[in-house]
Amino acid sequence: MATTMTTETPANGGAAAETVPLSGLRRPVSKWIWLGVIFAALLPLIGGQTGLISNFYFLQLSLMIVYSIAVLGLNLLIGFNGQISLGHGAFFAVGAYVTAILIDRYEMHYLATLPPAMFVCFVIGYLFGRPALRLEGHYLALATFALAIAVPQFLKYRHFEPFTHGVQGINIFKPDPPFGMPLSPDQWLYLVVLACAIVMFIVARNIVQSRMGRAMMAIRDQPLAADTMGINSARTKSITFGISALYVGLAGALHAIIFEFVSPDSFRFELSIAILVGAVIGGIATLSGAVIGGFFVQFIEKYADALTKWVTSTVHLPIHLEPWTIYGIVLIVLMYTMPMGIAGGLASLWRKIRPPG
Amino acid sequence: MVAVVEPASARRETVSSAPPLLSVRNVSVRFGGIVALDGITFDIHGGEIAGLIGPNGAGKTTLFNCLSRLYIPNDGDILFEGKSILKSPRHEIPTIGLGRTFQNVALFDRLSVLDNVKVGCHSQSSSGFLATALRLPGVAAEEQRITERAWELIEFMDLRPFAALPAGPLPFPIRKRVELARALAASPKLLLLDEPAAGLNHEEIGVLEAQIRRVRDLQKVTVLLVEHHMSLVMAVSDKVVAIDFGRKIAEGTPAQVQRDPEVIKAYLGTGAET
Repeated sequence: MATTMTTETPANGGAAAETVPLSGLRRPVSKWIWLGVIFAALLPLIGGQTGLISNFYFLQLSLMIVYSIAVLGLNLLIGFNGQISLGHGAFFAVGAYVTAILIDRYEMHYLATLPPAMFVCFVIGYLFGRPALRLEGHYLALATFALAIAVPQFLKYRHFEPFTHGVQGINIFKPDPPFGMPLSPDQWLYLVVLACAIVMFIVARNIVQSRMGRAMMAIRDQPLAADTMGINSARTKSITFGISALYVGLAGALHAIIFEFVSPDSFRFELSIAILVGAVIGGIATLSGAVIGGFFVQFIEKYADALTKWVTSTVHLPIHLEPWTIYGIVLIVLMYTMPMGIAGGLASLWRKIRPPG
Repeated sequence: MVAVVEPASARRETVSSAPPLLSVRNVSVRFGGIVALDGITFDIHGGEIAGLIGPNGAGKTTLFNCLSRLYIPNDGDILFEGKSILKSPRHEIPTIGLGRTFQNVALFDRLSVLDNVKVGCHSQSSSGFLATALRLPGVAAEEQRITERAWELIEFMDLRPFAALPAGPLPFPIRKRVELARALAASPKLLLLDEPAAGLNHEEIGVLEAQIRRVRDLQKVTVLLVEHHMSLVMAVSDKVVAIDFGRKIAEGTPAQVQRDPEVIKAYLGTGAET
């Protein structure tokens, strides 16, 4: 990827180009990101073999990465293309069910179920995005909201029960690592999920830093001018909707595999909101924000409730804290201090404190 | 009709014999009961700089929006290189060679100046979602071509210091130059400039005049500009079309149009005395 940095700078302009960060250029991925990825890939060896990280934590980390993929997908739609969705939990559910049904009923290999899950979500997303082109802003939000509410009910539908098992959901079994690798299933799945995430982030980066990515952002910033530049807005927007659904569908499929269970009630409306919050808190229109967003969805949400209870019981506050109080406070504080999301906030902080030159 | 097009204008003798690049044929636009354009007809030949003038509300911008297919005329036809543009979908207009800028500058504010100009290359490139997502062969070469073309225009419009900055917060005159660079990126045959001088001071208009000439001479682009600023139109145009209340009232060289009694009446004597 790094080899495609292409700008030819005239000799006299070279100095200026070095001092000004040319954000419009395709930059090589920072070595810190690759180091982080290598470290993450080695975690099962380091933490697992020494016993420092339990299987439970590998499961938690896997879920975090899964949510990162979902947040990334929604971010492509909202952050880069300016279309809002309150209903991407629906695609998460569809991806999860496609994988669960293919494993449960057709006994397919779990990895082989991922492409069909992604494909089905892309098609549904594209078909949904096509008529939704007529809708802007709040109206699109409402239509997607309806999608999020309808899908769990669909999954409970009586005539689909041979496939979906209705409200009971589907149990699947965690696969063992192949080739007798000395890993626990949780460690193995962590690596699978991590590999998927790396591929999906590279693909997202390829799109965003290319002709089509610029077209997506042009539509977001100035739809009329985008048309006069020769961008087919209708097509670009509905394909972006499909791609976004594909990402979230993959996240759902991976979630089903590592969680070993799907049921309609796992994919309630709150899930759509959680992914949206992750995208906004992490940082809209940034790729790194998706990792932070995934972290936020998995950890802050899960522990905020517990933390609220812990604070209530240990510190004898004069007021009574309801569950989720801390979550709400964290959200408000973050949006006030970092309106551009955590990734945006960290970037502007870095610009302030970085050494001159 | 008072003014008549002379077969050979004083400045460019050769153009009128060739078939016109753009041919506006009897174009009418009505919004409800209001007639915005009423049977407008004129030609523009390759290599010309043509000015479209008229008082506020005369229908200049409506005509521009027909040319870039934002509006569809109720009557008449618009021919570009002899073919009607009215059947092409809006996003194919740049592909057939028509580029434009907007009166209020419509940049992609959150993109860098460089990326804005790169978006201008959209119609001249073809990699789709799948190709770019997977970096299929050819994508990198095309991206390189786009980048080189974008830099070329950034240099041409003197925008190098701003290349990496987001376009939104830049000063207005700079934004206008970015928009011009973006429109040129698609290598249009005909460039439509909607009030390029609006919001510029005297000195900046002088720069603009030179830039419009350079665009025509160096980028080989025919230019049609809508403009209020009379001295700019008269100085830069080879040919001027004047409209008022949706009708063409004069057409000819700047000198002819300036003398035209209908034009003088429309402007109440002002503006025409430069």
